[in-house]
Amino acid sequence: MEAKKRTSLLRKPGVQTLLASLLCILLGLLIGYIALLIINPAGAGDAILVVIKNFFKYSAPAAQLKYLGNTLVKTAPLLMCSLSVLFAYKVGLFNIGAAGQYVAGAGASLYLALALKMPWYVCLLAAMLAGALLGSISGLLKAYCNVNEVISCIMLNWITLYLVNMLLTAVKDPTSPYTFNLAATNSAAVLPTLGLDTLFTKNRYVTLAIPLAILIAIAIWVLLNKTKLGYELKATGLNKHAAKYSGMKEKSNLILTMAIAGALAGIGAAMYFLSGFEEWSCTQSSVPAMGFNGIAAAFLGGLNPIGSIFSSFFIQHITNGGSFVDKTMYSSQISDFISSVIIYLCGFVLFFRQSINRGLDRRDDRLANAGKEGKA
Amino acid sequence: MENQYAIEMLNITKRFPGIVANDNITLQLRKGEIHALLGENGAGKSTLMSVLFGLYQAEEGVIKKDGNEVSIKDPNDANALGIGMVHQHFKLVECFTVLDNIILGVEPNKMGFLQKKEARRKVLELSQRYGLHVDPDAKIEDITVGMQQRTEILKMLYRENEILIFDEPTAVLTPQEIDELMNIMRNLAAEGKSILFISHKLAEIMAVADRCTVLRKGKYIGTVETAETTMEALSAMMVGRDVNFHVDKQESNPGDVILKIENMTVASKVHKNNAVKNVSLEVRAGEIVCIAGIDGNGQTEFVHGLTGLEKLVSGKITLMGEEVTKAPIRRRSLLGMSHIPEDRHKHGLVLDYSLEDNIVLQRYFEPEFTKSGFLRRKNIRSYAEKLIEQYDIRSGQGPVTMARSMSGGNQQKAIVAREIDKDPKLLIAVQPTRGLDVGAIEYIHKQIVAERDAGKAVLLVSLELDEVMDVSDRILVMYEGEIVGELDPKQTTPEELGLYMAGAKREGE
Amino acid sequence: MILLLQYMLIFASVLLLVALGGCFSERSGVINIGLEGIMVFGALGGALTMKYLPEATTPWLLILLVVLSAMLVGMLYSLLLAVAAINFKADQTLIGTAMNLLGTAAATVMVKAINTAENPDNVSSTIQYINAKKAFIVNIGGFEFNWFMLLALILLIISYVLLNKTKFGLRLQACGEHPQAADSVGINVYKMRYAGVMISGILGGIGGLVYITAGVSEWKFENGVAGFGFLALAVMIFGQWKPLRIALAALLFGLFRSLSNVYTGFDFLSSLNIPSNVYNMLPYIISLAVLAFTSKSSRAPKAEGIPYDKGSR
Repeated sequence: MEAKKRTSLLRKPGVQTLLASLLCILLGLLIGYIALLIINPAGAGDAILVVIKNFFKYSAPAAQLKYLGNTLVKTAPLLMCSLSVLFAYKVGLFNIGAAGQYVAGAGASLYLALALKMPWYVCLLAAMLAGALLGSISGLLKAYCNVNEVISCIMLNWITLYLVNMLLTAVKDPTSPYTFNLAATNSAAVLPTLGLDTLFTKNRYVTLAIPLAILIAIAIWVLLNKTKLGYELKATGLNKHAAKYSGMKEKSNLILTMAIAGALAGIGAAMYFLSGFEEWSCTQSSVPAMGFNGIAAAFLGGLNPIGSIFSSFFIQHITNGGSFVDKTMYSSQISDFISSVIIYLCGFVLFFRQSINRGLDRRDDRLANAGKEGKA
Repeated sequence: MENQYAIEMLNITKRFPGIVANDNITLQLRKGEIHALLGENGAGKSTLMSVLFGLYQAEEGVIKKDGNEVSIKDPNDANALGIGMVHQHFKLVECFTVLDNIILGVEPNKMGFLQKKEARRKVLELSQRYGLHVDPDAKIEDITVGMQQRTEILKMLYRENEILIFDEPTAVLTPQEIDELMNIMRNLAAEGKSILFISHKLAEIMAVADRCTVLRKGKYIGTVETAETTMEALSAMMVGRDVNFHVDKQESNPGDVILKIENMTVASKVHKNNAVKNVSLEVRAGEIVCIAGIDGNGQTEFVHGLTGLEKLVSGKITLMGEEVTKAPIRRRSLLGMSHIPEDRHKHGLVLDYSLEDNIVLQRYFEPEFTKSGFLRRKNIRSYAEKLIEQYDIRSGQGPVTMARSMSGGNQQKAIVAREIDKDPKLLIAVQPTRGLDVGAIEYIHKQIVAERDAGKAVLLVSLELDEVMDVSDRILVMYEGEIVGELDPKQTTPEELGLYMAGAKREGE
Repeated sequence: MILLLQYMLIFASVLLLVALGGCFSERSGVINIGLEGIMVFGALGGALTMKYLPEATTPWLLILLVVLSAMLVGMLYSLLLAVAAINFKADQTLIGTAMNLLGTAAATVMVKAINTAENPDNVSSTIQYINAKKAFIVNIGGFEFNWFMLLALILLIISYVLLNKTKFGLRLQACGEHPQAADSVGINVYKMRYAGVMISGILGGIGGLVYITAGVSEWKFENGVAGFGFLALAVMIFGQWKPLRIALAALLFGLFRSLSNVYTGFDFLSSLNIPSNVYNMLPYIISLAVLAFTSKSSRAPKAEGIPYDKGSR
């Protein structure tokens, strides 16, 4: 009886996904640790602990909270990017363009904030629209020209990067590659903190963005699982022919999906850049990794919006942890290394779940046969 | 004494989790004979052939070639033993030429560089010798299905295979092409090749095979000489009981015109010509109109045009008095059009949705199932349970079973239930019984007739002569995209129908 | 003008090599989004070899060893894709993305570790190869001829012959178009797909090496290869998976890329005052436009991106 209970628990897709994600994390950390050992065995144990601990390395609770705040500031945009990726994935689209949509959001929000001196909510809205616009271009190309969304998104990522670099050159000092400081130029564009800063030891970057991102995650979960729109979108993703057959507008669903996905990534960028935590560098020659890390968080979270909240936090947690490692021995990119290993391992999750199910099938078969023989 | 068998499969048993696909089956193929393997879907024919071809390993039993035991672990072993197979779905690379497809895997080469000259000579010689006419330099995507099949046969001959397996080879052919294939098979047997012919079409087996082995539900039923048996006897062996091929139904009583199609023309996706040319027809309430024809004569495009899956080139469609020529699919559905699609996996079901989600696929937006944008899960569940009960749809876990894990017959039942329970005015049923066993076929035919008797208009598209003759009230024959004749099933014979279907006869000639 | 030609040819060589790599992988049925990461690793392999080879090495031996190590490292790195996509049926887009991120991250970690070990104050991710680089270049009247241009041309011819004239090519294409058909005639689909991916690793690896030695004599690995892997993907699609067309596409895209570097040298172009960002953007915009018009009749391998499962044949 006990065995049977365990079996049925293991059969639950949610449990399997959770197990798989935990395994990916463990293996990722292990491989990171091995890499550290190879580089310099002396400090490897400490270094990996530093990565895992992140802000816990400070003993004072006040400092801990402050640095937890820093992690959260970056978690919000990552969560939004991962929602963008997973939302599209549920509808059968691989939104590798979250990276570009994020860039579009950054460009729109910063330009409105710095050049047009708009308040934060207008900037946030503009970021959302910019991301949605970019996403819907991929959706349109897919729906009407049969262009694979992965390819069009890749092209758009770069086009957007160069466009935004050009656009934001207007709001920077000629001597510096960075855009003007947000708070100094237009304080009305800084996201309100809602008093959250006091909770995190006066970390003024902790803003509305964090609760908002979590609320959006929950909203996406509801949208996907409880609504008619979710039913239609998922049906379109799983079988667009059947969706068309049943009278769903599969083309506009496709475009709508990419627009929503783009909007999510765009909002993510505004959540980050409107906190004033970082300025945009107009000379950057590669697409910011935030969107790609969103892919990691989406898959690590088992393609579940609620799971994404935790996976985004985890990935950001170790990324921030990486900046604390002893620079005389290691580089902070060790956490990028670990998180990219984790994404890689996420590719094996499907296989992992299949093997669990096969193993369970075999055991059930054996038990059933044993049962039969016992009776006979 | 010389061994008389080319291949023997003795006491083969193959199990899959939950079922025994082959239970102690014996099949002996004589040299130079055409041996039919008969059975319904799910009888174990494919599994047995997969064992012979090395795709599966049997748990028990032995395979002998020329009396010697052999082990076949993969298709390469089968090839090495001279066993070749024409699969039901051709294994041809579409963008390659015929010649490239034939030599693929056994390429004549010098240091890895292809040497096609010799191969071309051999292919031409083989096609002369066996009457397999096909242009070696044509691309597969440009040639007819019959030519593709000849390419597959040439592939086997090029490899000098002695044992040739044909898996349901006539399903995709026109009657002329079937006759041609039968001749080719006789030629091959006369040249000493041994042929295994998998089919469930009794007439073809009686026409071409020397002997026939029958399987039923994974078990061996028997082997008979075709000269000493009848179609009825074979059929009884196949299904295990006498089958009433006839559908009981009353005279039809046609009422108002429900569907009116005028001069409909639909473009083809595969070639530049129109697939449907200038078709006009009417379907009235309380009658079953059947579009008969051989696969690929425009029926698919006709249905797609009618249901809105494809745009028309020209023409006009009127449903219940409303013009729907350009109406979206949803509008047609709301006006009372139901559509049991030809391809249940492509159009009919979302395989990774649960049974209940599939059951509401045409109605999820109705107030009963959706309230202010949110799904009403409770109502969906109880509606699904009602249909499962009423239509006897069997599945592992009831409403929450994934459609993918259900059997083909039950998937089809779910679609039929969904489309009929929508209470349509017009039911379009495209090959509704394709790939189903006799029990399920009878059931679905009964449902269609019941719909007619309830005053619905039914448009049936079928490739099966029996179904056309038994179920319909009026037959329209489609040939190369045109309606070439209207027949009354009570007045006509299958032979006459066949002539129309093959384009040998048309109305007014 | 000569400068423009020089840049165009060297960028075109990079794009040609990497796009040919992508072509082999996709023709076998595996989508390779991870070209960017493969390039980084190929570049790293080459750069480290240049760093550690003694200065006295003869130029020919140096070229040979450097190219070989870039090929080998690129190939080994591509195995990450092969194993995941072929044996474990992983999502190929996901794996490719992971490989791109991993490429830059791992290369940075390694180079920094090496630099820090040599000198604790050096925390940069830069490798220098001023002397070694000279071996690749022959000066012909102001035109810096780079041996890699010739290598790219040779590899183009080899690729063309391999794909179209050999048994291997026929089988490789069959696996990308209809793996079940290939399997049914005894071709090992897994092996052929491994071969396709590994060739893409080899070519991508060389491409990475050519890229970092193109204009400069040191490379900062934190920067990756700035999207050239993705641009190569565009070249491959623009070239419709055919080597000769890929070569033309590479020349075209190479031209745009080089314009962004040297347009200030042309009075006409600099008077237009178009920012270099525009030139950078152009190849992507063009490929997107071409895709929009041609994708309905795209000649992409039919089975690309679909894991092959022996069970489902």
